Amino acid sequence: MPIKITKENFKSEVLESNVPVIVDFWAAWCRPCLMLTPIIEEIAKDLEGSVKVGKVNVDEEGQLANQFRISSIPTILLFKNGQVAKQVVGLMRKEDLLKSFGL
Amino acid sequence: MRDVIVIGGGPAGVSAAIYLKRFKLDVAIVMKDQGTLANTDHIENYYGIVEPITGSDLFALGIAQAKRLEIPVLVEEVLNIDAFDGFKVKTNQSEHEAKAVLLATGMNKAGLKVKGFQEYIGKGISYCAVCDGFLYRNKRIGIVGTGDFMFEELEVLENFTKDIVIFTNGEPLGKEVTKHKTITEKIKALKGDDVLKVVETIDGDHEVDVLFVAMGTASAADFALRMGAFTENNSIVVDENFMTNIPGLFAGGDCIGGLRQIAKAVDDGAKAAIAINKHLKGKTQIKA
Repeated sequence: MPIKITKENFKSEVLESNVPVIVDFWAAWCRPCLMLTPIIEEIAKDLEGSVKVGKVNVDEEGQLANQFRISSIPTILLFKNGQVAKQVVGLMRKEDLLKSFGL
Repeated sequence: MRDVIVIGGGPAGVSAAIYLKRFKLDVAIVMKDQGTLANTDHIENYYGIVEPITGSDLFALGIAQAKRLEIPVLVEEVLNIDAFDGFKVKTNQSEHEAKAVLLATGMNKAGLKVKGFQEYIGKGISYCAVCDGFLYRNKRIGIVGTGDFMFEELEVLENFTKDIVIFTNGEPLGKEVTKHKTITEKIKALKGDDVLKVVETIDGDHEVDVLFVAMGTASAADFALRMGAFTENNSIVVDENFMTNIPGLFAGGDCIGGLRQIAKAVDDGAKAAIAINKHLKGKTQIKA
């Protein structure tokens, strides 16, 4: 299951992760975000061990959303070695999402 | 509640409606205008057309054919589709409920043809007020558009901020607005750094935190975005049964991409109708 990312665990779970991290910025009122949820959960399961998957609720974590200038949700970021390696905006099929992340 | 609402009165929509009617389903067409077919004034490559015909005339024949077969054709602009246990189709005049919806609205729109537009999509340019409006609480929101669809989006955005600027991009505004600042000059460029900050018009720069795009009428891609249906390169993604990832939501014709020909649209419509019939019959069986 994806990890719940907050400003408290962001550094340890994302920035200091030994493996790439996919972070899904979402909110409960956003229909496309809810459609993405099962896809993100599947990716977490499929890539378990090689890629970490987390979710940021933009309502609860406004600071993180601002820090990464999230202006449209869902936005999905791929972090590698503490840096944003790729950004994807909008609902996508699983295979398209993985392809745009080169995974 | 009807069985099916077909959105769009072009070759895909009418073809689908005719087959759906033959399956004895309760179907209605909801349409706004003639779409891209009206831009063609010389059709001679379609089956049975002896003398060249204009797109506009062929469109009118299609509508006449649907009406003769007693298919209701409602000339209303669809503003929103809500999926619940079925679908609620909200138009500028009323609301309709149906068990299934076919999107046959034609080509999806390309957006603003100005410098910076493509660059800032998802970085300060949004196509969906209900998806992204909340991120701009108490910020300065810009919206571009002039018609009923723009006013529908505007109403959503008014929940989040008082600071709203309407850009008409050189077009007249459909209704008078006193609550918000209105910029009628054409948009020249969109500027910013990592994110959009400025809408540049002929008369100068206008600072915004976001620009919502709601030009013209809502397209199938706009509905797909709000409902969470997959799109790819601005086309609706459907399976071999012309169904999107949302059960009961189908799409056909130009809005799903592929060959932009009447023959293809008619084929999409017929196949989608057969699939919709199966979908609805299957559903009835499960419930019984």
